[in-house]
Amino acid sequence: MRGVLPPEVINLSPNVWTEPFWRAAAEHRLVVPRCTACGTYRLPPSPFCFACRSQAVEWVEHPGTGTIYSFTVIRHAVIPQVRDALPLVAAVVELPGTGGCRLVGNVVDTDPEAVAVGAPVTTDWYDVREGTTVPVFRLRVP
Amino acid sequence: MATLKDATAIVGVGATPYYRRGESLPQTPLEMAGKAVLAALADAGLTVDDLDGFALYSMGFDTALLAQWLGVPDVRFTAMLTGGGGGAAGSVGLAAAAIVSGMAEVVVSVMTLQQAASRFGASYAPRGAKGAVYAAPPSPEGDFVQPSGLMAPGQMFAVLARRHMHRYGTTREHFCEVALSTRANATRRPGALMREPLTREQYFAARMISDPLCLYDFCLECDGAVAVVTTSAARARDLRHPPAYVMASAHGGHGRWGQAITWFGMPDEYFASSGHRPVAQRLYRMAGIGPGDVDVALLYDHFSPMVLMQLEDYGFCPVGESGPFVADGNIRWPGGSIPVNTHGGNLSEAYIIGMTHVVEAVEQLRGTAVNQVAGARVALVTGGPASIPVSALLLHN
Repeated sequence: MRGVLPPEVINLSPNVWTEPFWRAAAEHRLVVPRCTACGTYRLPPSPFCFACRSQAVEWVEHPGTGTIYSFTVIRHAVIPQVRDALPLVAAVVELPGTGGCRLVGNVVDTDPEAVAVGAPVTTDWYDVREGTTVPVFRLRVP
Repeated sequence: MATLKDATAIVGVGATPYYRRGESLPQTPLEMAGKAVLAALADAGLTVDDLDGFALYSMGFDTALLAQWLGVPDVRFTAMLTGGGGGAAGSVGLAAAAIVSGMAEVVVSVMTLQQAASRFGASYAPRGAKGAVYAAPPSPEGDFVQPSGLMAPGQMFAVLARRHMHRYGTTREHFCEVALSTRANATRRPGALMREPLTREQYFAARMISDPLCLYDFCLECDGAVAVVTTSAARARDLRHPPAYVMASAHGGHGRWGQAITWFGMPDEYFASSGHRPVAQRLYRMAGIGPGDVDVALLYDHFSPMVLMQLEDYGFCPVGESGPFVADGNIRWPGGSIPVNTHGGNLSEAYIIGMTHVVEAVEQLRGTAVNQVAGARVALVTGGPASIPVSALLLHN
Protein backbone atom coordinates (compact mmCIF):
# COMPACT_ATOMS: atom_id res chain seq x y z
CA MET A 1 0.00 0.00 0.00
CA ARG A 2 1.48 3.34 -1.10
CA GLY A 3 0.86 6.62 0.76
CA VAL A 4 0.68 5.54 4.40
CA LEU A 5 2.87 6.10 7.45
CA PRO A 6 5.40 3.44 8.45
CA PRO A 7 4.04 1.19 11.21
CA GLU A 8 6.50 2.38 13.85
CA VAL A 9 4.85 5.80 14.08
CA ILE A 10 1.32 4.45 14.42
CA ASN A 11 0.54 3.51 17.98
CA LEU A 12 -3.08 3.66 19.03
CA SER A 13 -4.23 4.30 22.57
CA PRO A 14 -7.92 3.40 22.63
CA ASN A 15 -10.12 3.90 25.67
CA VAL A 16 -13.40 2.28 26.59
CA TRP A 17 -15.31 4.60 24.25
CA THR A 18 -13.14 4.19 21.15
CA GLU A 19 -12.15 0.58 21.53
CA PRO A 20 -15.23 -0.83 19.66
CA PHE A 21 -14.29 1.28 16.63
CA TRP A 22 -10.78 -0.16 16.51
CA ARG A 23 -11.93 -3.69 17.21
CA ALA A 24 -14.23 -3.47 14.18
CA ALA A 25 -11.45 -1.85 12.14
CA ALA A 26 -9.25 -4.84 12.83
CA GLU A 27 -12.01 -6.89 11.19
CA HIS A 28 -12.14 -4.40 8.28
CA ARG A 29 -15.54 -3.12 9.32
CA LEU A 30 -16.40 0.56 9.69
CA VAL A 31 -18.69 1.27 12.61
CA VAL A 32 -19.94 4.65 13.80
CA PRO A 33 -21.43 5.27 17.23
CA ARG A 34 -25.02 6.51 17.25
CA CYS A 35 -26.82 7.90 20.27
CA THR A 36 -29.44 5.40 21.33
CA ALA A 37 -31.56 8.18 22.82
CA CYS A 38 -31.72 10.69 19.95
CA GLY A 39 -30.06 9.03 16.97
CA THR A 40 -27.22 11.53 16.53
CA TYR A 41 -23.98 10.05 15.17
CA ARG A 42 -20.63 11.17 16.47
CA LEU A 43 -16.95 10.71 15.62
CA PRO A 44 -14.58 10.23 17.26
CA PRO A 45 -16.52 8.14 19.76
CA SER A 46 -16.95 10.04 23.02
CA PRO A 47 -18.68 9.58 26.39
CA PHE A 48 -21.60 11.94 25.67
CA CYS A 49 -23.98 12.73 22.84
CA PHE A 50 -23.29 16.37 21.99
CA ALA A 51 -26.96 16.86 21.07
CA CYS A 52 -28.82 15.26 24.02
CA ARG A 53 -25.97 14.35 26.46
CA SER A 54 -27.08 10.73 26.71
CA GLN A 55 -24.28 8.20 27.22
CA ALA A 56 -26.12 5.32 25.57
CA VAL A 57 -24.57 4.28 22.25
CA GLU A 58 -25.18 1.74 19.54
CA TRP A 59 -22.58 0.89 16.91
CA VAL A 60 -23.88 1.16 13.37
CA GLU A 61 -22.06 -0.43 10.48
CA HIS A 62 -21.30 1.97 7.61
CA PRO A 63 -20.45 0.95 4.02
CA GLY A 64 -17.44 3.29 4.04
CA THR A 65 -18.36 5.16 0.91
CA GLY A 66 -17.99 8.90 1.25
CA THR A 67 -16.68 12.08 -0.30
CA ILE A 68 -13.54 14.07 0.32
CA TYR A 69 -14.47 17.11 2.43
CA SER A 70 -10.97 18.56 2.39
CA PHE A 71 -7.37 17.35 2.26
CA THR A 72 -3.72 18.31 2.22
CA VAL A 73 -0.76 16.81 0.42
CA ILE A 74 2.05 16.45 2.94
CA ARG A 75 5.37 16.98 1.13
CA HIS A 76 7.71 17.82 3.99
CA ALA A 77 8.90 15.36 6.63
CA VAL A 78 8.16 16.86 10.04
CA ILE A 79 9.92 13.92 11.66
CA PRO A 80 12.51 11.77 9.85
CA GLN A 81 10.48 8.58 10.20
CA VAL A 82 7.94 9.77 7.62
CA ARG A 83 10.41 10.84 4.90
CA ASP A 84 10.18 7.69 2.79
CA ALA A 85 6.38 7.75 2.90
CA LEU A 86 6.03 11.16 1.20
CA PRO A 87 3.99 12.51 -0.42
CA LEU A 88 1.10 11.64 1.87
CA VAL A 89 -2.47 12.65 1.08
CA ALA A 90 -4.28 13.28 4.37
CA ALA A 91 -7.99 13.60 3.76
CA VAL A 92 -11.07 14.44 5.79
CA VAL A 93 -13.90 12.30 4.44
CA GLU A 94 -17.57 12.90 5.10
CA LEU A 95 -19.66 9.79 5.65
CA PRO A 96 -23.14 10.10 4.13
CA GLY A 97 -26.07 9.12 6.31
CA THR A 98 -24.28 10.04 9.54
CA GLY A 99 -25.35 13.66 9.88
CA GLY A 100 -21.96 14.90 8.73
CA CYS A 101 -19.56 12.66 10.63
CA ARG A 102 -16.06 12.78 9.24
CA LEU A 103 -13.18 10.34 9.22
CA VAL A 104 -9.53 11.29 8.69
CA GLY A 105 -7.10 9.09 6.81
CA ASN A 106 -4.76 8.73 3.86
CA VAL A 107 -5.90 8.47 0.28
CA VAL A 108 -3.71 5.56 -0.84
CA ASP A 109 -2.25 4.27 -4.08
CA THR A 110 -3.02 7.47 -5.95
CA ASP A 111 -1.39 10.35 -7.73
CA PRO A 112 -1.93 13.31 -5.34
CA GLU A 113 -2.92 15.41 -8.35
CA ALA A 114 -5.98 13.18 -8.82
CA VAL A 115 -7.36 14.01 -5.37
CA ALA A 116 -10.00 16.75 -5.17
CA VAL A 117 -12.58 18.06 -2.72
CA GLY A 118 -15.85 16.32 -3.47
CA ALA A 119 -14.23 13.23 -4.97
CA PRO A 120 -16.01 9.99 -4.04
CA VAL A 121 -14.00 7.46 -2.06
CA THR A 122 -14.34 4.06 -0.51
CA THR A 123 -12.85 3.07 2.82
CA ASP A 124 -10.11 0.47 2.82
CA TRP A 125 -7.97 -0.80 5.67
CA TYR A 126 -4.27 -0.52 6.46
CA ASP A 127 -3.20 -3.44 8.63
CA VAL A 128 -0.42 -1.80 10.60
CA ARG A 129 0.36 -4.84 12.73
CA GLU A 130 -1.50 -7.68 14.41
CA GLY A 131 -4.52 -6.10 16.13
CA THR A 132 -3.94 -2.58 14.74
CA THR A 133 -5.74 -1.50 11.59
CA VAL A 134 -6.51 2.07 10.53
CA PRO A 135 -8.92 3.34 7.88
CA VAL A 136 -7.60 4.63 4.55
CA PHE A 137 -9.42 5.74 1.41
CA ARG A 138 -9.35 4.91 -2.27
CA LEU A 139 -10.64 7.17 -5.00
CA ARG A 140 -13.78 5.70 -6.49
CA VAL A 141 -14.63 6.01 -10.14
CA PRO A 142 -18.25 7.15 -10.08
CA MET B 1 -24.08 44.77 33.47
CA ALA B 2 -20.59 45.81 34.48
CA THR B 3 -17.88 44.92 31.95
CA LEU B 4 -14.16 45.44 31.53
CA LYS B 5 -14.71 48.37 29.20
CA ASP B 6 -12.15 51.11 29.70
CA ALA B 7 -11.48 50.11 33.32
CA THR B 8 -7.86 49.08 32.72
CA ALA B 9 -4.98 49.87 30.40
CA ILE B 10 -1.74 48.42 29.16
CA VAL B 11 1.00 50.62 30.57
CA GLY B 12 4.21 48.76 29.79
CA VAL B 13 5.62 46.42 27.18
CA GLY B 14 8.92 44.57 27.19
CA ALA B 15 10.70 41.82 25.33
CA THR B 16 13.96 39.99 24.95
CA PRO B 17 15.55 40.08 21.51
CA TYR B 18 13.83 37.71 19.10
CA TYR B 19 15.92 34.68 18.22
CA ARG B 20 15.79 32.00 15.61
CA ARG B 21 14.87 28.62 17.05
CA GLY B 22 17.45 27.47 19.60
CA GLU B 23 19.61 30.60 19.47
CA SER B 24 18.47 31.91 22.85
CA LEU B 25 20.57 29.30 24.64
CA PRO B 26 22.11 29.23 27.23
CA GLN B 27 19.31 31.34 28.70
CA THR B 28 16.40 29.34 30.03
CA PRO B 29 12.79 30.13 29.08
CA LEU B 30 12.04 31.31 32.61
CA GLU B 31 15.11 33.57 32.63
CA MET B 32 13.84 35.15 29.41
CA ALA B 33 10.41 35.58 30.99
CA GLY B 34 12.05 37.43 33.88
CA LYS B 35 13.92 39.73 31.50
CA ALA B 36 10.73 40.55 29.60
CA VAL B 37 8.80 41.22 32.82
CA LEU B 38 11.50 43.55 34.13
CA ALA B 39 11.63 45.37 30.80
CA ALA B 40 7.85 45.79 30.70
CA LEU B 41 7.74 47.10 34.28
CA ALA B 42 10.55 49.55 33.53
CA ASP B 43 8.74 50.70 30.41
CA ALA B 44 5.72 51.48 32.57
CA GLY B 45 7.80 53.26 35.20
CA LEU B 46 6.98 50.53 37.70
CA THR B 47 9.09 48.00 39.62
CA VAL B 48 8.71 44.46 40.90
CA ASP B 49 7.44 46.01 44.15
CA ASP B 50 4.32 47.10 42.22
CA LEU B 51 3.73 43.76 40.51
CA ASP B 52 1.09 41.52 42.06
CA GLY B 53 -0.36 39.38 39.30
CA PHE B 54 0.38 37.00 36.44
CA ALA B 55 -2.02 36.23 33.58
CA LEU B 56 -0.76 33.49 31.28
CA TYR B 57 -1.94 31.28 28.41
CA SER B 58 -0.77 28.37 26.30
CA MET B 59 0.32 26.25 29.24
CA GLY B 60 2.35 29.13 30.70
CA PHE B 61 5.18 28.53 33.12
CA ASP B 62 5.86 28.19 36.81
CA THR B 63 5.02 31.57 38.31
CA ALA B 64 6.11 30.33 41.75
CA LEU B 65 9.71 30.11 40.65
CA LEU B 66 9.67 33.42 38.80
CA ALA B 67 8.08 35.22 41.77
CA GLN B 68 10.69 33.63 44.02
CA TRP B 69 13.53 34.72 41.72
CA LEU B 70 12.27 38.28 41.33
CA GLY B 71 11.19 38.71 44.95
CA VAL B 72 7.62 39.76 44.15
CA PRO B 73 6.33 41.06 47.50
CA ASP B 74 2.81 39.64 47.29
CA VAL B 75 1.39 37.53 44.47
CA ARG B 76 -2.35 38.18 44.52
CA PHE B 77 -3.37 36.68 41.21
CA THR B 78 -1.83 33.94 39.08
CA ALA B 79 -4.02 32.31 36.45
CA MET B 80 -3.95 31.05 32.93
CA LEU B 81 -6.28 30.70 29.99
CA THR B 82 -6.57 27.08 28.94
CA GLY B 83 -5.67 25.93 25.44
CA GLY B 84 -2.79 27.11 23.29
CA GLY B 85 -1.93 30.18 21.24
CA GLY B 86 -5.61 31.03 20.99
CA GLY B 87 -5.32 32.76 24.35
CA ALA B 88 -2.63 35.31 23.46
CA ALA B 89 -4.76 38.45 23.28
CA GLY B 90 -7.08 37.04 25.92
CA SER B 91 -4.30 36.90 28.49
CA VAL B 92 -4.60 40.69 28.68
CA GLY B 93 -8.35 40.30 29.17
CA LEU B 94 -7.59 37.90 32.01
CA ALA B 95 -5.33 40.53 33.56
CA ALA B 96 -8.06 43.14 33.17
CA ALA B 97 -10.58 40.80 34.81
CA ALA B 98 -8.28 40.36 37.79
CA ILE B 99 -7.90 44.10 38.19
CA VAL B 100 -11.58 44.97 37.71
CA SER B 101 -12.55 42.32 40.26
CA GLY B 102 -10.16 43.79 42.80
CA MET B 103 -7.97 40.72 43.04
CA ALA B 104 -4.82 42.46 41.83
CA GLU B 105 -3.60 45.88 40.68
CA VAL B 106 -0.61 45.38 38.40
CA VAL B 107 -0.78 42.24 36.31
CA VAL B 108 1.74 41.04 33.77
CA SER B 109 0.83 38.87 30.77
CA VAL B 110 3.84 36.92 29.57
CA MET B 111 4.89 34.44 26.92
CA THR B 112 8.29 32.83 26.85
CA LEU B 113 9.32 30.35 24.22
CA GLN B 114 12.36 28.28 23.43
CA GLN B 115 12.25 25.72 20.65
CA ALA B 116 15.75 24.31 20.94
CA ALA B 117 14.85 20.79 22.05
CA SER B 118 11.47 20.64 20.38
CA ARG B 119 9.44 22.45 17.80
CA PHE B 120 5.86 23.57 17.59
CA GLY B 121 6.22 22.51 13.97
CA ALA B 122 5.94 18.92 15.21
CA SER B 123 3.44 19.54 18.00
CA TYR B 124 1.33 16.50 17.25
CA ALA B 125 4.09 14.15 16.17
CA PRO B 126 3.89 10.78 17.87
CA ARG B 127 7.36 11.11 19.31
CA GLY B 128 9.56 14.16 19.53
CA ALA B 129 13.26 14.58 20.09
CA LYS B 130 14.69 13.49 23.41
CA GLY B 131 13.63 16.03 26.00
CA ALA B 132 10.97 17.46 23.71
CA VAL B 133 8.05 19.05 25.47
CA TYR B 134 5.70 19.82 22.61
CA ALA B 135 5.13 16.40 21.03
CA ALA B 136 1.60 15.31 21.81
CA PRO B 137 1.11 12.34 24.09
CA PRO B 138 -1.00 9.56 22.60
CA SER B 139 -4.73 10.07 23.09
CA PRO B 140 -7.91 8.25 22.09
CA GLU B 141 -8.93 11.35 20.12
CA GLY B 142 -5.53 11.70 18.43
CA ASP B 143 -5.89 8.13 17.18
CA PHE B 144 -8.49 9.44 14.74
CA VAL B 145 -6.12 11.97 13.13
CA GLN B 146 -2.45 11.20 13.70
CA PRO B 147 -2.26 7.91 11.70
CA SER B 148 -3.00 10.00 8.58
CA GLY B 149 0.33 11.78 8.97
CA LEU B 150 -1.21 15.03 10.24
CA MET B 151 1.21 15.88 13.02
CA ALA B 152 2.05 19.55 12.44
CA PRO B 153 -0.28 22.52 12.93
CA GLY B 154 0.55 23.79 9.45
CA GLN B 155 -0.54 20.53 7.87
CA MET B 156 -3.78 20.69 9.80
CA PHE B 157 -4.56 24.29 8.94
CA ALA B 158 -3.82 23.42 5.30
CA VAL B 159 -6.97 21.27 5.44
CA LEU B 160 -9.01 24.32 6.52
CA ALA B 161 -7.34 26.44 3.84
CA ARG B 162 -8.21 23.89 1.15
CA ARG B 163 -11.83 23.90 2.25
CA HIS B 164 -11.88 27.70 2.10
CA MET B 165 -10.48 27.56 -1.44
CA HIS B 166 -13.11 25.04 -2.45
CA ARG B 167 -16.02 26.83 -0.84
CA TYR B 168 -15.19 30.44 -1.68
CA GLY B 169 -12.76 30.37 -4.60
CA THR B 170 -9.83 31.60 -2.55
CA THR B 171 -6.48 31.02 -4.28
CA ARG B 172 -2.78 30.82 -3.43
CA GLU B 173 -2.47 34.34 -4.86
CA HIS B 174 -4.45 35.50 -1.84
CA PHE B 175 -2.22 33.62 0.62
CA CYS B 176 0.74 35.15 -1.21
CA GLU B 177 -0.59 38.67 -0.68
CA VAL B 178 -0.73 38.07 3.08
CA ALA B 179 2.86 36.81 3.08
CA LEU B 180 4.13 39.68 0.92
CA SER B 181 2.27 42.41 2.79
CA THR B 182 3.47 41.12 6.14
CA ARG B 183 7.06 40.83 4.94
CA ALA B 184 7.00 44.35 3.52
CA ASN B 185 6.15 45.60 7.02
CA ALA B 186 8.94 43.54 8.62
CA THR B 187 11.62 44.89 6.28
CA ARG B 188 11.38 48.27 7.95
CA ARG B 189 11.37 47.00 11.49
CA PRO B 190 14.57 46.62 13.53
CA GLY B 191 14.53 43.38 15.45
CA ALA B 192 12.46 41.54 12.86
CA LEU B 193 14.03 38.23 11.90
CA MET B 194 13.04 38.44 8.22
CA ARG B 195 14.02 41.81 6.77
CA GLU B 196 14.74 40.84 3.18
CA PRO B 197 11.93 41.79 0.82
CA LEU B 198 9.87 38.88 -0.49
CA THR B 199 8.62 38.78 -4.08
CA ARG B 200 5.70 37.01 -5.66
CA GLU B 201 8.19 35.00 -7.74
CA GLN B 202 10.01 33.81 -4.61
CA TYR B 203 6.72 32.88 -3.02
CA PHE B 204 5.61 30.69 -5.90
CA ALA B 205 9.09 29.15 -6.31
CA ALA B 206 9.21 28.11 -2.64
CA ARG B 207 8.87 24.49 -1.72
CA MET B 208 5.46 23.18 -0.87
CA ILE B 209 5.28 22.04 2.75
CA SER B 210 1.71 20.82 3.00
CA ASP B 211 -0.22 21.62 -0.15
CA PRO B 212 -1.76 24.24 -0.52
CA LEU B 213 0.64 25.83 2.00
CA CYS B 214 4.21 26.59 0.94
CA LEU B 215 7.19 27.70 2.99
CA TYR B 216 6.14 31.35 3.13
CA ASP B 217 2.65 30.54 4.39
CA PHE B 218 4.23 29.28 7.60
CA CYS B 219 5.25 31.46 10.53
CA LEU B 220 8.76 31.46 11.93
CA GLU B 221 9.99 29.16 14.69
CA CYS B 222 11.52 31.40 17.32
CA ASP B 223 12.80 31.83 20.84
CA GLY B 224 12.16 34.84 23.05
CA ALA B 225 9.89 36.34 25.65
CA VAL B 226 7.38 39.18 25.63
CA ALA B 227 5.56 40.74 28.58
CA VAL B 228 2.91 43.44 28.88
CA VAL B 229 1.79 45.16 32.08
CA THR B 230 -1.85 46.02 32.70
CA THR B 231 -3.18 48.15 35.55
CA SER B 232 -6.26 50.17 36.46
CA ALA B 233 -7.19 53.10 34.23
CA ALA B 234 -6.85 55.46 37.18
CA ARG B 235 -3.31 54.33 37.96
CA ALA B 236 -2.41 54.20 34.26
CA ARG B 237 -2.90 57.94 33.83
CA ASP B 238 0.00 58.70 36.18
CA LEU B 239 2.55 56.45 34.46
CA ARG B 240 5.19 57.07 31.81
CA HIS B 241 3.30 56.46 28.59
CA PRO B 242 -0.15 57.31 27.28
CA PRO B 243 -2.34 54.38 28.38
CA ALA B 244 -3.62 51.84 25.88
CA TYR B 245 -7.07 51.34 27.36
CA VAL B 246 -8.67 47.90 27.26
CA MET B 247 -11.95 48.58 25.46
CA ALA B 248 -12.95 44.94 25.43
CA SER B 249 -11.61 41.43 25.57
CA ALA B 250 -13.28 38.10 24.91
CA HIS B 251 -12.28 34.49 24.60
CA GLY B 252 -13.88 31.11 24.01
CA GLY B 253 -15.69 29.80 20.96
CA HIS B 254 -18.49 27.50 19.92
CA GLY B 255 -18.29 24.18 21.78
CA ARG B 256 -18.47 22.35 18.46
CA TRP B 257 -15.44 24.30 17.25
CA GLY B 258 -13.83 22.41 20.11
CA GLN B 259 -10.44 20.90 19.34
CA ALA B 260 -10.73 22.28 15.80
CA ILE B 261 -7.70 21.21 13.78
CA THR B 262 -7.08 18.11 15.83
CA TRP B 263 -10.50 16.62 15.14
CA PHE B 264 -11.96 18.20 11.96
CA GLY B 265 -15.57 17.64 13.03
CA MET B 266 -16.60 21.30 13.18
CA PRO B 267 -19.95 22.11 11.55
CA ASP B 268 -19.72 22.95 7.86
CA GLU B 269 -21.03 26.47 8.52
CA TYR B 270 -17.76 27.50 10.17
CA PHE B 271 -15.29 24.72 9.31
CA ALA B 272 -13.39 27.05 6.95
CA SER B 273 -13.19 29.84 9.50
CA SER B 274 -10.86 31.02 12.23
CA GLY B 275 -13.26 29.92 14.98
CA HIS B 276 -13.41 33.55 16.08
CA ARG B 277 -16.95 34.51 14.98
CA PRO B 278 -18.70 34.29 18.37
CA VAL B 279 -15.71 35.90 20.11
CA ALA B 280 -15.68 38.78 17.63
CA GLN B 281 -19.36 39.46 18.21
CA ARG B 282 -18.95 39.56 21.99
CA LEU B 283 -15.86 41.72 21.65
CA TYR B 284 -17.52 44.39 19.53
CA ARG B 285 -20.61 44.34 21.75
CA MET B 286 -18.55 44.98 24.88
CA ALA B 287 -16.61 47.77 23.19
CA GLY B 288 -19.69 49.31 21.60
CA ILE B 289 -17.95 49.60 18.23
CA GLY B 290 -17.78 47.73 14.95
CA PRO B 291 -15.07 46.71 12.51
CA GLY B 292 -15.32 50.07 10.73
CA ASP B 293 -14.00 51.74 13.88
CA VAL B 294 -10.78 49.69 13.98
CA ASP B 295 -7.69 51.51 12.66
CA VAL B 296 -5.14 48.69 12.73
CA ALA B 297 -5.57 44.92 13.06
CA LEU B 298 -2.94 42.69 14.59
CA LEU B 299 -4.21 39.28 13.55
CA TYR B 300 -2.52 36.11 14.75
CA ASP B 301 -0.72 34.84 11.67
CA HIS B 302 0.71 31.39 12.23
CA PHE B 303 -0.42 30.51 8.71
CA SER B 304 -1.34 33.02 6.03
CA PRO B 305 -4.83 31.66 5.18
CA MET B 306 -5.88 32.11 8.79
CA VAL B 307 -5.40 35.86 8.41
CA LEU B 308 -7.93 35.75 5.59
CA MET B 309 -10.45 33.86 7.71
CA GLN B 310 -10.03 36.32 10.60
CA LEU B 311 -10.65 39.27 8.28
CA GLU B 312 -14.01 37.64 7.60
CA ASP B 313 -14.78 36.64 11.17
CA TYR B 314 -13.98 40.15 12.47
CA GLY B 315 -16.23 41.69 9.83
CA PHE B 316 -13.67 43.56 7.73
CA CYS B 317 -15.22 41.83 4.73
CA PRO B 318 -18.10 39.40 4.26
CA VAL B 319 -17.50 35.70 4.91
CA GLY B 320 -15.92 34.16 1.82
CA GLU B 321 -14.66 37.43 0.35
CA SER B 322 -11.32 37.81 2.09
CA GLY B 323 -9.36 36.71 -0.99
CA PRO B 324 -10.53 39.53 -3.26
CA PHE B 325 -10.41 41.86 -0.22
CA VAL B 326 -6.66 41.39 0.26
CA ALA B 327 -6.04 41.34 -3.50
CA ASP B 328 -7.43 44.88 -3.58
CA GLY B 329 -4.67 46.04 -1.23
CA ASN B 330 -6.88 46.48 1.81
CA ILE B 331 -4.44 45.06 4.39
CA ARG B 332 -1.38 46.99 3.16
CA TRP B 333 0.46 49.60 5.17
CA PRO B 334 0.26 52.41 4.32
CA GLY B 335 -2.90 53.05 2.40
CA GLY B 336 -4.99 49.93 2.99
CA SER B 337 -8.45 50.27 4.49
CA ILE B 338 -7.35 48.13 7.45
CA PRO B 339 -3.56 47.74 7.78
CA VAL B 340 -2.77 44.28 9.16
CA ASN B 341 0.28 43.14 11.12
CA THR B 342 2.24 46.35 10.70
CA HIS B 343 5.03 44.81 12.81
CA GLY B 344 5.63 41.90 10.45
CA GLY B 345 3.63 39.39 12.44
CA ASN B 346 4.44 35.82 13.27
CA LEU B 347 5.25 35.31 9.62
CA SER B 348 8.16 37.74 9.32
CA GLU B 349 8.98 39.57 12.56
CA ALA B 350 8.99 36.82 15.19
CA TYR B 351 6.75 34.10 16.53
CA ILE B 352 6.35 34.47 20.28
CA ILE B 353 2.88 32.90 20.21
CA GLY B 354 1.14 36.16 19.45
CA MET B 355 2.37 38.48 22.20
CA THR B 356 4.30 40.56 19.67
CA HIS B 357 0.91 41.57 18.29
CA VAL B 358 -0.07 43.07 21.64
CA VAL B 359 3.19 45.03 21.75
CA GLU B 360 2.56 46.39 18.27
CA ALA B 361 -0.97 47.47 19.18
CA VAL B 362 0.42 49.43 22.12
CA GLU B 363 3.10 51.06 19.97
CA GLN B 364 0.50 52.03 17.38
CA LEU B 365 -1.66 53.67 20.07
CA ARG B 366 1.34 55.47 21.56
CA GLY B 367 2.18 56.73 18.09
CA THR B 368 5.64 55.18 18.21
CA ALA B 369 5.23 52.27 15.77
CA VAL B 370 7.80 51.84 13.02
CA ASN B 371 5.01 51.49 10.48
CA GLN B 372 2.72 53.96 12.17
CA VAL B 373 -0.90 54.09 11.08
CA ALA B 374 -1.57 57.83 11.04
CA GLY B 375 -3.90 58.87 13.83
CA ALA B 376 -4.55 55.31 15.05
CA ARG B 377 -7.15 55.34 17.81
CA VAL B 378 -8.38 51.74 17.99
CA ALA B 379 -6.34 48.55 17.62
CA LEU B 380 -7.62 44.98 17.38
CA VAL B 381 -5.44 42.10 18.58
CA THR B 382 -6.34 38.45 18.15
CA GLY B 383 -5.04 35.20 19.51
CA GLY B 384 -4.39 32.21 17.34
CA PRO B 385 -7.07 30.48 15.41
CA ALA B 386 -6.77 27.27 17.39
CA SER B 387 -8.74 24.99 19.65
CA ILE B 388 -10.96 26.68 22.24
CA PRO B 389 -10.32 29.26 23.51
CA VAL B 390 -9.58 31.74 20.79
CA SER B 391 -9.42 35.30 22.03
CA ALA B 392 -9.28 38.95 21.15
CA LEU B 393 -8.57 42.36 22.58
CA LEU B 394 -9.59 45.87 21.58
CA LEU B 395 -7.41 48.74 22.76
CA HIS B 396 -7.78 52.48 22.31
CA ASN B 397 -5.77 55.53 23.26
